[in-house]
Amino acid sequence: MKKLTLAALGVAGAMIASTAMADGHGNSTLAQVKEKGFIQCGVSQGLPGFSNADDSGNWTGLDVDLCRAVAAAVFGDSDAVKFTPLSAKQRFTALASGEIDILSRNTTWTMTRDTQLGLNFAGVNYYDGQGMMVPTALGVTSALELDGANICTNTGTTTELNITDFFRANGMSFNLVAFEKADEVVAAYDSGRCDVYTTDRSGLAAQRGKLTAPDSHMVLSEIISKEPLGPVVRQGDDQWFNIVRWSLNAMINAEELGITSANVNATEFNDVSPSVARLVGKEGNFGAELGLDNKWAYNIIRQVGNYAESYEANVTPLGLARGVNALWSDGGILYAAPIR
Amino acid sequence: MSNSSLTSLIYDARLRGYVFQFLILALIVFGVWSLVDNTVTNLAERGKTVGFGFLTANAGFQISDTLGTWAMDYSVGESTYLDVYFIGIINTFLVAILGIVGATFLGFTIGIMRLSRNFIIRSFATVYIELLRNLPLLLQLFFWYFAVLRALPSKREKIDIIPDFISVNITGLYLPAPVVESGFIYSVIALGVALVMTFIMKRWAEKRQLETGQRFPVFWAACGVLLLLPLAIFAMTGSPLEWTFPEFKTDGPMLRRGFQSGTGMVLVPEMMAVWLALTLYTAAFIAEIVRAGILAINKGQTEASYSIGLKPGLTLRLVIIPQALRVIIPPLTSQYLNLTKNSSLAVAIAYPELVSVFAGTALNQVGKEIEMIFMMMMVYLTFSLATAAFMNWFNARVKLIER
Repeated sequence: MKKLTLAALGVAGAMIASTAMADGHGNSTLAQVKEKGFIQCGVSQGLPGFSNADDSGNWTGLDVDLCRAVAAAVFGDSDAVKFTPLSAKQRFTALASGEIDILSRNTTWTMTRDTQLGLNFAGVNYYDGQGMMVPTALGVTSALELDGANICTNTGTTTELNITDFFRANGMSFNLVAFEKADEVVAAYDSGRCDVYTTDRSGLAAQRGKLTAPDSHMVLSEIISKEPLGPVVRQGDDQWFNIVRWSLNAMINAEELGITSANVNATEFNDVSPSVARLVGKEGNFGAELGLDNKWAYNIIRQVGNYAESYEANVTPLGLARGVNALWSDGGILYAAPIR
Repeated sequence: MSNSSLTSLIYDARLRGYVFQFLILALIVFGVWSLVDNTVTNLAERGKTVGFGFLTANAGFQISDTLGTWAMDYSVGESTYLDVYFIGIINTFLVAILGIVGATFLGFTIGIMRLSRNFIIRSFATVYIELLRNLPLLLQLFFWYFAVLRALPSKREKIDIIPDFISVNITGLYLPAPVVESGFIYSVIALGVALVMTFIMKRWAEKRQLETGQRFPVFWAACGVLLLLPLAIFAMTGSPLEWTFPEFKTDGPMLRRGFQSGTGMVLVPEMMAVWLALTLYTAAFIAEIVRAGILAINKGQTEASYSIGLKPGLTLRLVIIPQALRVIIPPLTSQYLNLTKNSSLAVAIAYPELVSVFAGTALNQVGKEIEMIFMMMMVYLTFSLATAAFMNWFNARVKLIER
């Protein structure tokens, strides 16, 4: 019996070792992705406007569109994506372990995450800030009146740190109730367990619809943090990093150049400006430099659309205006490096 | 000749045994080595280092008020990640121990109820067991948490259980909190002395009963000693224990109404829901174990006990349970271990136990997955092994010594 156990252990050990070897010193993410034929994309467990699945399991949202854009760039097919819903807590481990290829899950770019977690942020696809929602009946008009409040939020996010900093800086006390999933945060806040619900303002707008009486709650005017949200990849694979970064840049540049999913087809036949020609692959060799087809950006725009199209389809219905997320030329801070 | 000696070598059981054992050992060593090597290489490739230096860094996040934060005197920006680790451990152990105590009492009661001759009692126990043990624990956790939350009055209202002493609302159960003053330690020492005295008295009474057949009211004497001695010392040292009562405000700004933080003691609803769910769920399993243990005792034991004039209650207590325990204790130990591990589900409803604060919030700030998950596993392993060791010792003590 003892021998049998030992043998089983040995076999198990050997198996683990061999799988670890297979994963370990593998080749580039692009080669792995091409081999399996799709991109594994880490998204949220349901945040309307950013990444949310409908009843039949179709994912939509601004973050989802980014993964679709990368798929369009790599495969010429924006549907070559599989989505992994992740809690805030699981997301970095899932990316670091190779379970997903891109993390596109309303993730805040901070220095700690960029430098200590072995990850790289490939850009910013939404400029957000942390806000607070309170029941109107509380009679509070400023976050500075919240001394002694009970506050509900998610674990494993920057919101826990920001709210702590904000209350400490203002010499106020509070009690934090931190849940693993956003649905429970909303349910607990809705039942009255907390006076305040805090998360990114985009999240507040998205989750508000889940409350029993959305109109009897208000978002306070204070924005207590900078939350640049963007896609994340593993550190150490520059090629993949570039593909994700430039897929996002292509969407933003397309908006700036006025190229949409509706008119991108026409660029093939008509004369276009040099900038547009480079974007859609009529000029230059930009796709090959990324290890992709020269029509990479063309495919993104045709199948997914430019940034404005994605924003209007997903985020505008939440009642969130473009604001700082407008193009730099329209008074916002959205500014993509040029393709040249 | 040489051929036959080779054959005999192959069929030599001892030699064959050594060869296979060596092969397996080599496989294991290789497996472990490649696992470690791979991990270190992969981490290095991603620019991550291995080490426990993060434990002394300051934790910049707030943690919900619980026994752990109180015991570690947690304050944001001063406490370290090591403190967070201990807060997680304390909170995990708190629900584990409370759950084990609750589930044991409830489980024994339901198990015995299931054997009752009364139809209603028996049916109730059956329904309880089948309902509770066949629903996933996480679902029950959510049910109790949100059921408890919805049932309680809002933060600005309260239900008094004992007016001015114990009241409850959605933010928790509020109790008076003891404030220990100097000199209280003598009362604690007195309690220890009383415990030792009780133990000696019990030994003496047993010995006397064996020798003379006379019984001594050990239970009442023990109660007397355990209560009177510490109370007398407590009174003599000038009652060195104050109580602070929860303060409830009904005026002022809306936000500040309700219970004032820092007054009295509060048990948060998250903890009560976890405790409730773990207790009710595990009790269903324990009840079946208890029933099995009792049914394992031959009917002749009951009949023999009745025939010497013992009543049903005494029969259960003096004859059946002691014999049933040897059947009950090994699977009971498994249930205790399950309960402890199941407490990690509490992360779902915001109870700040180990998985939530350490492997959740702290892990996300620090990003040392391997070290932190390892530290967490060690806690569960240590607690489980300690429980198992204690229960094995207890089992060895109570098991039937057959003559």
